Amino acid sequence: MVDPDAIDAIGVILSDILAGSPPKRDMLIEYLHCIQDSVGHLSQDHLTALAHIMRLPMAEVWEVATFYDHFDCIKDGDAAPSPVTIRVCDGLSCQLAGAEQLLTALDGLNNTGVRVKRAPCIGACDKAPAAALGQQLIPYASKSVIEDVLKNDVPKPESTKAILFDDYINDGGYKTLKTLVSGGISSDSVIEKLGESALRGLGGAGFPTSRKWSIVRSYDGPRMMAVNGDEGEPGTFKDRYYMSRDPHRMLEGMLIGAFVVEASDVYLYMRDEYPEIIALLKQEIAKVEKAGLAEHTRIHLRRGAGAYICGEESAMIESIEGKRGLPRHRPPYVAEQGLFGRPTLVNNLETLFWIRDVLEKGGAWFDGQGQHGHPGFRSYSVSGRVAKPQVIVAPAGSTAFELIALCGGMADGHDFKGYLPGGASGGILPSSKADIPLDFGGALADEGCFVGSHAVVILSHRDNIRDAALNLLTFFAHESCGQCTPCRNGTEKAVMVLGNPSPDQSYDRVLLTDISMAMTESSICGLGQAASNPLLSVMKHFPEDMDAPLPSLTKDH
Amino acid sequence: MTDKISFTLDGNTVTADGDESIWQVAKRQGITIPHLCYKDDDNYRADGNCRACMVEVEGERVLAASCIRKPTEGMVVNTANDRAKTARNMVIEMLVADQPPRKDSHDPASPFWQWAESIGVLDSRLPARIQPKSDGSHPAIAVNMDACIQCGLCVRACREVQVNDVIGLAGRGADAHIVFDLGDDMGKSTCVGCGECVQACPTGALMPKTVLDDRQALAITPDRHVDSLCPYCGVGCQLTYSIKDDKIVSVNGRNGPANKGRLCVKGRYGFDYVNSDQRLTTPMIRRDDAPKADSLPFDPSNPMTHFRPATWDEALDKAANGFARIRDHDGPNALAGFGSAKGSNEEAYLVQKMVRAGFKTNNVDHCTRLCHASSVTALIENIGSGAVTASFSEARNAEVIIIIGANPAVNHPVAATFIKNAAQRGARLYILDPRGQSLDRYAEASLNFRPGSDVALLNGMINVIISEGLYDAAYVENHTEGFEDLKTRTKAATPEAMSPICGITAEVIRNTARDYAKAAASLIFWGMGVSQHTHGTDNARCLIALALLTGNVGKPGSGLHPLRGQNNVQGASDAGLIPMFFPDYKAVGGDDIAAKYENLWGVELDRAAGLTVVEITNEAYDGNIKGIYVMGENPAMSDPDQHHARAALAKLEHLVVQDIFMTETAAFADVILPASAFPEKDGTFTNTDRRVQLGRKAINPPGDAKQDWWIIQELANRIGLNWTYTHPRDIFNEMRITMTSLTGITWERLMKEGAVTYPCKDKVSEGQDIIFGDGFPTPSGRGKMTPADILPPAEVPDAEFPTVLSTGRLLEHWHTGSMTRRSVALDALEPEPEVHISPDDLRDMQAKPGQMMTVTTRRGAIDLAARVDPALPKGMIFIPFCFTEAPANMLTNPALDPYGKIPELKFSAARVEVSLEVMGGR
Repeated sequence: MVDPDAIDAIGVILSDILAGSPPKRDMLIEYLHCIQDSVGHLSQDHLTALAHIMRLPMAEVWEVATFYDHFDCIKDGDAAPSPVTIRVCDGLSCQLAGAEQLLTALDGLNNTGVRVKRAPCIGACDKAPAAALGQQLIPYASKSVIEDVLKNDVPKPESTKAILFDDYINDGGYKTLKTLVSGGISSDSVIEKLGESALRGLGGAGFPTSRKWSIVRSYDGPRMMAVNGDEGEPGTFKDRYYMSRDPHRMLEGMLIGAFVVEASDVYLYMRDEYPEIIALLKQEIAKVEKAGLAEHTRIHLRRGAGAYICGEESAMIESIEGKRGLPRHRPPYVAEQGLFGRPTLVNNLETLFWIRDVLEKGGAWFDGQGQHGHPGFRSYSVSGRVAKPQVIVAPAGSTAFELIALCGGMADGHDFKGYLPGGASGGILPSSKADIPLDFGGALADEGCFVGSHAVVILSHRDNIRDAALNLLTFFAHESCGQCTPCRNGTEKAVMVLGNPSPDQSYDRVLLTDISMAMTESSICGLGQAASNPLLSVMKHFPEDMDAPLPSLTKDH
Repeated sequence: MTDKISFTLDGNTVTADGDESIWQVAKRQGITIPHLCYKDDDNYRADGNCRACMVEVEGERVLAASCIRKPTEGMVVNTANDRAKTARNMVIEMLVADQPPRKDSHDPASPFWQWAESIGVLDSRLPARIQPKSDGSHPAIAVNMDACIQCGLCVRACREVQVNDVIGLAGRGADAHIVFDLGDDMGKSTCVGCGECVQACPTGALMPKTVLDDRQALAITPDRHVDSLCPYCGVGCQLTYSIKDDKIVSVNGRNGPANKGRLCVKGRYGFDYVNSDQRLTTPMIRRDDAPKADSLPFDPSNPMTHFRPATWDEALDKAANGFARIRDHDGPNALAGFGSAKGSNEEAYLVQKMVRAGFKTNNVDHCTRLCHASSVTALIENIGSGAVTASFSEARNAEVIIIIGANPAVNHPVAATFIKNAAQRGARLYILDPRGQSLDRYAEASLNFRPGSDVALLNGMINVIISEGLYDAAYVENHTEGFEDLKTRTKAATPEAMSPICGITAEVIRNTARDYAKAAASLIFWGMGVSQHTHGTDNARCLIALALLTGNVGKPGSGLHPLRGQNNVQGASDAGLIPMFFPDYKAVGGDDIAAKYENLWGVELDRAAGLTVVEITNEAYDGNIKGIYVMGENPAMSDPDQHHARAALAKLEHLVVQDIFMTETAAFADVILPASAFPEKDGTFTNTDRRVQLGRKAINPPGDAKQDWWIIQELANRIGLNWTYTHPRDIFNEMRITMTSLTGITWERLMKEGAVTYPCKDKVSEGQDIIFGDGFPTPSGRGKMTPADILPPAEVPDAEFPTVLSTGRLLEHWHTGSMTRRSVALDALEPEPEVHISPDDLRDMQAKPGQMMTVTTRRGAIDLAARVDPALPKGMIFIPFCFTEAPANMLTNPALDPYGKIPELKFSAARVEVSLEVMGGR
């Protein structure tokens, strides 16, 4: 039964965000954030009260709250978590940089009232091993760095300086948007101009941008727009890179997109792991609105809550609607039925980042920067065993060899053995195949791999590829939404099988192949369909690594 | 309906309408595709999550789930090639890995194991998960999540079909798991026990406890199944009894027109009362040394303290002779009979026929008097018919739904699910009731008006509709009468004037009235909160006026629907079990109709209307009525002011009770006749929608208990009648001779179709769900709007009795509890009498939930525990009347509505205080 005192407490916690209005169903995750931020966890009393206030089933609130990693749901009688949480990234690049050893070193902290948790990739692969205090990034983490942070209670600030509103305006920013809004150019000509370039969706799917905009426009309004800032593919940190440097370039692209598809509302969904970006965007969006640049739409900044799957566009839409991030079945596609059932334009942050430049400088400018017959340029997040992990802006179709060279070569003492061409799900290739152009489709696809968000992780002779694959599969098992059998069950069983070879260190490879096939053929969304790629890659390209003894890595988050 | 498309399915060209899934077309073509998360049932949407039904669509990169994918023109689909089969088999193998082995499973015959067997995948090469613990916390439902496949059918059952909102799928990935509320044990959750999830579960993870042994393995497999009906409320759910060794072991919902396969906790788990060791199995006669005044308290397990066993002949002779003697000595009007709305139409007909033809009086009535008598009075007065104008399922077509004085989630749970479905679809729901209720979550607005101020609130709405010109002028002109009078009499009842009386702001009254009037179709449901008042008839008159003013009668999604209480209160009333009417509401004073029945029955009949329930009790108390026959009723519990009612029963010279249990009323009897329970007999029953349905005999009565129709016939033939019925069918056929409502409805048709709604034109036409689209069966053919004045309740709170007491039912207990308190699961769910008190009142009294309280009215006092109930307003308490340990009707006010003669069970002035012997407890 709902406790009147808990209702009062929730009323106080939500008073700012509600500002006197009745609660809205799609804001559930934001309300849960408010309670988690304020109390440090979500108690049954508070959730009962929230369900009561929102007129929702308790089960619905519990489903949502327990779906996301960043909420600590505490049942009556269970101990509340420590108010201080250190998250240690155990993404592959951080593992390569010693995340496991760091976790072991931090073991003692758990006794001092600090909670140490594993976290899936937090998008700082260029600063591995990375950790976070709460969600505040701690780059190049070590035991001593973390102890310092805990003492001073503030993580080291990021040194990057972003181009803020005034500077962006002074540099000619928002002129293209103003021209569009004032009728100086038409929406059709914007789409036409984008169509003259090879700009494609840079979140991973590579769908031609102009075609997407015109498809969305072809459905009857009212229409919506959603911006995918849930950069979570392990090894990817390009969106964080661009947002921390030049957020308005993306915002202008977003406002142009919203104008062209006549979106009444734009939902900007940012991953919770990037709190500094969320704060920056909040501050800068207010300036944009104040300057009257967003009068053709309403901007909503939404915060994820720790779920990789919400980078999948339909799962992101569910999450924006305040639900669990369960990917939807297609058809219908989100362009036809997306947010709140409306035709919806969904673009990745980086895609929107380049809109202004393509419109101002022309398609030829963009396309001309490609190579090997691949038009345009790409932002490769390169990490792992390279000398200087970083975002590399390079011609589309660049090869792993070229990217390693651009990163200053291999790290000291490491020989190039293999690489991930496209994050956790794009497969793993041996160094013998490092001359393949990394772009959508093409020769890479012939290898059964894909470039996705252009996250390239370089592995060396000191790395066992089976262990890398196990890290990736464990990630997928943790991040599977659990909706469909082949993914929920297949990722879990694949980890169990791969993590427990028979005493003679052999595997039932037929069984692993059967699991993989069912996942690929029968999963609802791309996560399950691609999750077994690393497994297939190891069996195909690195069979000898399968025979090595297993290190004692366990990956419970 | 979309256009037909054609596509290729396993090499053949087939056509489909655009709404069909590949799976549905395949089924139509005789192609079998495994399915687990998909239930082939209109109630359930496809979810496409289990991936057991994958098929190949040529040209697509991955396989498609056939349950959710719709074919498109020219698509080429292969359901049976290796690619599809391999994937499907692997999916099943993944799930088999996490199941207990079939031989130890909770349900080796579950759909899951049947599909696994059909594809030959009974073992798995994959490692198993760590299995969750069993949850045995619910009295009726076994939760064994080691068999769960996360298909979410239970979630859809709970949240989308029945909309009880308890089950969720929490966590994610392999940790995705079914939860109740916030991860609570099922028995501690807000689960209402409808069992829809159990019926939907394809694996045996959710099972009725009755069929499992201690190891949670299947212990009982039924040997036969009988299609019948639920014996409880007026919704009229169809169900199937599963029987083993002449004992009901479980119940499933059947796809009836009213319930679409759904049941509530009573219908699904309340069947075991028939096996109670307190069943009456032999006729009994009162012992000479057992004075009636000392009848109560009484231990129903040990009736021989007051009675002795008798043979049927002795008991029937004694019963009949007593009535004949009084009739001949004191005159027919010294006799009365109570039939039951729990009996069949045939039984109701026989009771009223025996009383009218054998007792020779019209003193025959039943519990409709305590239920909707005032509603029926107002309906007959104004629209010429006492039945609903539209079935409750018309909620699906309504734009606005008003629920007033009713709590359907408790009292008509399955009807409530359709109302919630309507609200989820977008219908706007307005709930007008002093108490809050679970449906409030789905309401556009809940108007918690002051108890007893119904007429003020409704007159305020009428005033808005007339003064703002929102009424349907053409409809009023063509189909109604009384408009000018209504207008004049409600002119002063502005929302501003009514607001202080009813406690609802003028703005909310206006908005509700406007929305009701402006919507394309508006439907009104009401219940005892409207009818059980001294102004109950006036309340119903207002509702009728609202519907007539706005033309909301006779079209889809509109109408007037008093939610009928008992499973056969509609049918019993139709069959003439009321003192002023022959069957089909023909006034007993009408010469033509009386002559017709005299001719049919071969006896002379009284032309004067008889007395009603409470009037009969009063006459018995005064010594004017000396003999009563009671079939299946329990006035010692259900009548208001029980001291008085029980004293009246004790004064009777001759009381014959025909029942299945030693009820509180039977304790006062001279002769007790052991009867049959619902599943032990055939008969027709008419639900709240006017739907005549067939109940079928599933098991035999225990011991020497007999069929009710046989008992009544034996009695009748001993008081001078000469009946020769051999089966309920014969009785039904006799009813069809005079009852035009049964036109088109034959026993044979019911055997075949199970249900036919009246009116029904002929033996082949469908019955009419919605009536009065073209006028009313009144002398003028018009519906009448009768204005109502604002009157206070009969007993207004004062300094001595400051609290408003309302009474009613609980979800788990039926009426006086004689059946449900003897059901193990239902009584475990609600085992004790409690007085429901608002949190504020409880705090003011410095009392805690569970503490013993004494509730006193001018008629008596009872002790019972406190339950905190946030749905109650301050100053109002609620007591269910099903608990013999603390009978609420000790307290209630017998004041009657002047027209419907219904007592004011919803409003008494009471005083509630912490009991003096606090420490004792119960």
